[in-house]
Amino acid sequence: MDNWMELTFPSLSVNEGFARAATAAFAALLNPTIDELSDLRTAVSEAVTNAIIHAYGNDRSAMITLRCEAEGQRLKIVVKDTGCGIADIELARRPFYTSKPELERSGMGFAVMEAFMDSVEIESSPGEGTAVIMEKQIGSISAS
Amino acid sequence: MEINASKRGPRLHVKLAGELDHHSAEQTRNMLDTLLKDITVRDLTLDLSGVSFMDSAGLGVILGRYRILSMRGGHLTVTGMSGAIDRIFRMSGIYAIVDRQ
Repeated sequence: MDNWMELTFPSLSVNEGFARAATAAFAALLNPTIDELSDLRTAVSEAVTNAIIHAYGNDRSAMITLRCEAEGQRLKIVVKDTGCGIADIELARRPFYTSKPELERSGMGFAVMEAFMDSVEIESSPGEGTAVIMEKQIGSISAS
Repeated sequence: MEINASKRGPRLHVKLAGELDHHSAEQTRNMLDTLLKDITVRDLTLDLSGVSFMDSAGLGVILGRYRILSMRGGHLTVTGMSGAIDRIFRMSGIYAIVDRQ
């Protein structure tokens, strides 16, 4: 691993923007394109929002950890919570599925992460928490 | 989120400026729904040219307003999408029900 950073912050919705900005600042070290930065910001936003809404159900004192690792041009992002966990990961990943339709959620969170990152893995245990592990190769279209 | 609205007959034009995520979604939803309480509004155009960031929370806000308008026989049009927002719209299939300008 060449470089990494880890941040822990409370599950306040205002920190969605903070997590996006922190990820973009770390990823900037890999000279990403504007589109790549936009993809990373969107994917992180989805993962952090899921932790706030679904893992913690708006328990504002709970903590979320954001970790970014760079190895060469490969960026790995882990968003981790210690919330309720996901009982059925396949169902949660399904486009348009939402466990909280009353919140007017689109059910597209994981679909967006999958579209904007090279890979998305979910590790979750009910009652213990969830880690969303995403990877993306930066600068695949080489920029000079 | 900043909102600028203008109305002409049954047409409401709303320009949004800011970041549309879960954090700003509730406020944005409330402001739009206050405008849509005017039942003479049939067509809502959302100008997103000032929206610098949007994720799936924004999709939820737009789909919810689409439902309100379609129940009264109205339409929702989106305009001014950045490349990133257009990509989220395309992957969600929202253009099947919401017009783009």
